[in-house]
Amino acid sequence: MYNKGTIIPGLIIFVLFVTFPIWFNGLKAGTPPKPELPPGGEKKCVESADYMRVNHMQLLNKWRDNVLRDDNREIITVDGKNYRKGLQKACMQCHSNKEKFCDNCHTYAAVTPYCWDCHLSPKEAASKEETQ
Amino acid sequence: MDNQRRKFLKLAGAAALAGIGAPTLVRLNSSTALAAEHGATAEPHGKTIDPGPQGIRLGMVIDMRKFTEQPMLLDRAITACNEAHNIPLIDNAKSEIKWIWKTPFANAFPQQSSYHMAKNVKDSDFLVLCNHCDEPPCVRACPTQATFKLKTNGIVAMDYHRCIGCRFCMAACPYGARSFNWEDPRPYIKKYNKDFATRMRGVVEKCTFCSERLALGLEPACVEACQGTGAIVFGDLNNEQSEIRQLLDQEFAIQRNPSLGTKPSVFYIV
Repeated sequence: MYNKGTIIPGLIIFVLFVTFPIWFNGLKAGTPPKPELPPGGEKKCVESADYMRVNHMQLLNKWRDNVLRDDNREIITVDGKNYRKGLQKACMQCHSNKEKFCDNCHTYAAVTPYCWDCHLSPKEAASKEETQ
Repeated sequence: MDNQRRKFLKLAGAAALAGIGAPTLVRLNSSTALAAEHGATAEPHGKTIDPGPQGIRLGMVIDMRKFTEQPMLLDRAITACNEAHNIPLIDNAKSEIKWIWKTPFANAFPQQSSYHMAKNVKDSDFLVLCNHCDEPPCVRACPTQATFKLKTNGIVAMDYHRCIGCRFCMAACPYGARSFNWEDPRPYIKKYNKDFATRMRGVVEKCTFCSERLALGLEPACVEACQGTGAIVFGDLNNEQSEIRQLLDQEFAIQRNPSLGTKPSVFYIV
């Protein structure tokens, strides 16, 4: 091989540089996020926790299409409590702290869903005096 | 040999004649059939009435006589809507967001003559909002199906998630019922209704006939604000027993610019 004196150290430097985020963090993915459970003590969600962990975004899209497009606003009853389909009307009723629940994982996974461009987090809604 | 050629030419000629003649024959036959079909229902000019779509069709009657008597009802209805839907109050004609607003007769009914108009009509503001047309031009214009007509009740609805802010619908709507968010609306909202979302910069919004309130069995916010006065009557235009139909059967009501063929669902008693 020609120029092996420069190529091999060059490759090593390149690999080290590319893998910098991995070894700099000590080969760990950081502490996994622990989203806050509902402060109100509700134990049951509209679906199982496993399902929600994986599919909450699809469920929200389904609800959105149900409510806006199909005019299907049926009430969902969980443990005797009624919820209307919707991020503000169902999810945030129990998971009332967006920062400790939603943002916790979203920040860790570096995803920025645009829900909150329009929807009001409970904190945001309380920042201005409510109607009635 | 010659015999065969003669036969061939005869056949070809007959086929060509049949080919040319057939469409005319078909047309003649079908037009007589059509005429026979329509003959039974044909009526003198101006007598045929389009029955419109069937099923639930939500509509509104705005009784301007009541509003002329109590003009403060106008602001009460508008405020109720603004508060229910987190509508920003932007003091700038270009950026303002309007779901329901007031405008003079000449602007609401530009196709009607306002020459020597009754004084009470001339001096009072009209309440205008999305007409929830049967043939909504905005729905045709939308390239993403962000706005559509609900089959269940005839409401022209919006899915803000899909709106790309192209404003074709605003150009298509002849009633100016749509507003574009030129800037983030949140700083301009005084009070939040925590049951409703806001909108973001870059989407178009409009009246939804309070679909979210109807689902709870409530009347639209503007109707509720005028409760007891009968100034706004809301209901199913296709139900003969409904209050709105009884009112329309008794009173002469007009629609905004009906000549466009949009078939508005909002009626005005002047």
